[in-house]
Amino acid sequence: MMGYIWSGLMIIGIMTATLSGRLEALNTVFFQSCEEAVLFTIGLAGIMALWSGMMNIAKGAGMIQAFSRAVKPILSYIFPEEKNEETLSLIVMNMVMNMFGAGNSATVFGIKAMKALDKSNHYRKRASSTMCMFLVINMSSVQLIPLTIIKIRNDVGSLDSVDILIPTIIATSVSTLSGIAICKFFERRG
Amino acid sequence: MDILKLISYSIIPSLLTIILVFGLVKKVDIYKLFIEGAKEGIHTAAHIMPYMIAIFVAIAFFNTSGALGILERLFTPICQLIGFPSELLSLLFIKPVSGSGGLAFIKTILDQYGADSYVGRTASVMMGSAETIFYTLAVYFGVTSVKNGRYVLVSGFIAYFAGVAASVIICKYI
Repeated sequence: MMGYIWSGLMIIGIMTATLSGRLEALNTVFFQSCEEAVLFTIGLAGIMALWSGMMNIAKGAGMIQAFSRAVKPILSYIFPEEKNEETLSLIVMNMVMNMFGAGNSATVFGIKAMKALDKSNHYRKRASSTMCMFLVINMSSVQLIPLTIIKIRNDVGSLDSVDILIPTIIATSVSTLSGIAICKFFERRG
Repeated sequence: MDILKLISYSIIPSLLTIILVFGLVKKVDIYKLFIEGAKEGIHTAAHIMPYMIAIFVAIAFFNTSGALGILERLFTPICQLIGFPSELLSLLFIKPVSGSGGLAFIKTILDQYGADSYVGRTASVMMGSAETIFYTLAVYFGVTSVKNGRYVLVSGFIAYFAGVAASVIICKYI
């Protein structure tokens, strides 16, 4: 799908530029944007490295595990059908990692959790309710600190780059809670 | 300084302190752990670079040619009707499909309208409160035998639009 969107953006862009006589500008941005992409990504590399380093300390020191145990009781409400302790632990670890913006580690736990859920679903073609809920929570983002966004805001000269932190936490909670509510609604409808 | 600001500014430093102190108390090799984790972070950045180049060029073409402006003008009536800033349409469309696309669009928007403007702040909140829906779907169902995802996609999008609506409203007041 990304292939269509990507080529669509380029081809429509080139056509529009041709029709509106902006081909010169198009040539300029062609070179500019490549460089910008590289510089932009390098700029993000620092914060990504710093944060995954910090999260690795938290993981190594057992902090993530302790936090996961603390939030686990909530899970029996969200995932009433899942009784397997180990699977629930994987789900919690995925969520906690996501909360603290360690996306890579979160994906690793998430994939393990999905495989375990697939097994308890007897490898059926139809997704179980637990799988649906787990995926929707992952889709809705539970990240508490949007460090990458803060960094980008800083780079473009924001006077108050952290200002969006609390609004983001609220918006994230709204989207996650709506996701949970809507899944519960579909679950009950069968 | 108001209380919300104080909280905002203390979250990152306190989290850093807690992690470091926790590590010291548990007597793990925090420096080694940090470096190991940071390597992984650098790896991630290197990994996303090709995606970023692809999407940056495409977005630059789409934007510079004036196509983006036409698209925004087309949707402006609907946007006005529901109170959604039409400057954010591009971000609204790309985010569920592509994470790097979202990042590239947000940079474009912040450059163009300023990070501290209403549009810039709403874009930042929108971006921070959403995931790449299709990517999540592909990666997670991809490792299972599931062919019928039932209500996942619908629910994912409802959650997404709830988050977007929340961003638009919250940024007006906070």
